[in-house]
Amino acid sequence: MSQMPFYVSPEQLMKDRADFARKGIARGRSVIVLSYAAGIAFVAENHSRALHKVSEIYDRIGFAAVGKYNEFENLRVAGVRYADMRGYSYDRSDVTARGLANAYAQTLGTVFTQESKPYEVEICVAEVGRVADDDQIYRLTYDGSVADERGFVAMGGAAEAIEDGLKEGWSPDLTLADALQLAVGLLGKDPTGGADRTLGAAQLEVAILDRSRPRRTFRRISGPALTELLGGPVAGDADADGSVAAESAPERGLEQPGDSPRQVASNPQTQRPHRDGES
Amino acid sequence: MTARGDGGSLPAAYLTAGSSSFVDFLLAHAPGVLPSGRRLPVGSTIDAPHGTTIVSLTFAGGVLMTGDRRATMGNLIANREMEKVFAADEFSAVGIAGTAGLAIELVRLFQVELEHYEKIEGTLMSLEGKANRLASMIRGNLGMAMQGLSVVPMFAGYDLELDTGRIFSYDVTGGCYEEHDHHSVGSGSLFARGSLKKLYRRGMEPAAAIRVAVEALWDAADDDSATGGPDMGRRIWPTVAVVDAQGVRFVEDSEVAAVVDALVADRQGNPGGAR
Repeated sequence: MSQMPFYVSPEQLMKDRADFARKGIARGRSVIVLSYAAGIAFVAENHSRALHKVSEIYDRIGFAAVGKYNEFENLRVAGVRYADMRGYSYDRSDVTARGLANAYAQTLGTVFTQESKPYEVEICVAEVGRVADDDQIYRLTYDGSVADERGFVAMGGAAEAIEDGLKEGWSPDLTLADALQLAVGLLGKDPTGGADRTLGAAQLEVAILDRSRPRRTFRRISGPALTELLGGPVAGDADADGSVAAESAPERGLEQPGDSPRQVASNPQTQRPHRDGES
Repeated sequence: MTARGDGGSLPAAYLTAGSSSFVDFLLAHAPGVLPSGRRLPVGSTIDAPHGTTIVSLTFAGGVLMTGDRRATMGNLIANREMEKVFAADEFSAVGIAGTAGLAIELVRLFQVELEHYEKIEGTLMSLEGKANRLASMIRGNLGMAMQGLSVVPMFAGYDLELDTGRIFSYDVTGGCYEEHDHHSVGSGSLFARGSLKKLYRRGMEPAAAIRVAVEALWDAADDDSATGGPDMGRRIWPTVAVVDAQGVRFVEDSEVAAVVDALVADRQGNPGGAR
């Protein structure tokens, strides 16, 4: 950078960087984050079972990203470290999506202006509230700008067309099945006007933040459970079923619905529910 | 929070590729937060609350861990209802004996360590992996242990690979040993172990196993003043954690109370529990 032969105006420099980042992001498959009656759903078209686009950050916070995998993976790990560090130093309830979104924004902004190449990523940080009004969804772009979104976010190549579809079809009281069907239908649309594709469970990565769970609300949905929610036949072809079951066996803890024995507070002494007479 | 980046952005250390271990991350980035990062003045000792007896045993389809609720400081009772058995993650439990403050901090760190790994890697750590992580954390506390502030945990979990419950014990230097059938740690552990030897049967049902564990704690409390028996007046019962293929759950107070009531009735006029 120090030996630049010609003068380049700051406007031109920023525009070039933004175009570069935008091009990188537009190449990727899209991700939709949308809230529904009982939580927040993350729906991504992702053919890989190992490289996640959607993941858990903390008890009530989820993360979704599009763009370059190594760059957003780096940000995801930093987010998990930030959240665990904060939760360990203070309390689990002191980890918020707002704080994390701010930290991400600062980081992305610094990289955009100071590094030789901006991050080619767009990320979404979502926190599920106790009630639907407390849900928070933040969209962060490559230059560090933050948008506080209501209800839904679409990112990636076909984001604009998908957002138009969501504006029409989304309402806050959707059931999980309706929300997933809406999102998957929009992901299958071809923005250039070609024929729609039908995406099955194997091409999708789906996770939810379930409002009603006590501690860690993040849960992945895959295999037969996802097929059922999408309205497909419950017993799909045997091959796909078998591979899904084998895949999820070591992840039983992540996949399993039901209540965690651990309570919200981080102090091990407060794991026992309050007895009668105390608050 | 220690060491923040400029203007609230994520510090460079957060964005550095590294291990999936939260403890290793803290060690490199914020060692002052870790118990092992602190030093005590040489030659001094202090009186701090100590936790006492933990009992663990396997049964058909899982493992359970139970602990009394007393913490002592010298000859005084420091706390009557301290929790000493904790869920480490969805499929394991950890119980602590020794200096309560340090032990509880260690459990908190261990819980975050397991969850951190699970989130970064997207998969659960193996049971032996968890046991070894706990061992290295105990080893980090050796300096404090040599000045009288020792922590001796016991770790029990359900092994999803082998489909069985397993128990691991530790010494103050971080030695990790797998125990078979049953084990106990803490000041009343000798008496509890004697009791377990006579009462334990392989392949017991969970309900029978809970009874045996509570009875072992009773026998420990009978002979060790630092172990608290069930407090009938205040209705304070031992903590009982059961780990099986469904995960960890804590047995309800009402359920433990019924076990204790039956035990008290059986020991009327038969204080040693002869049978």
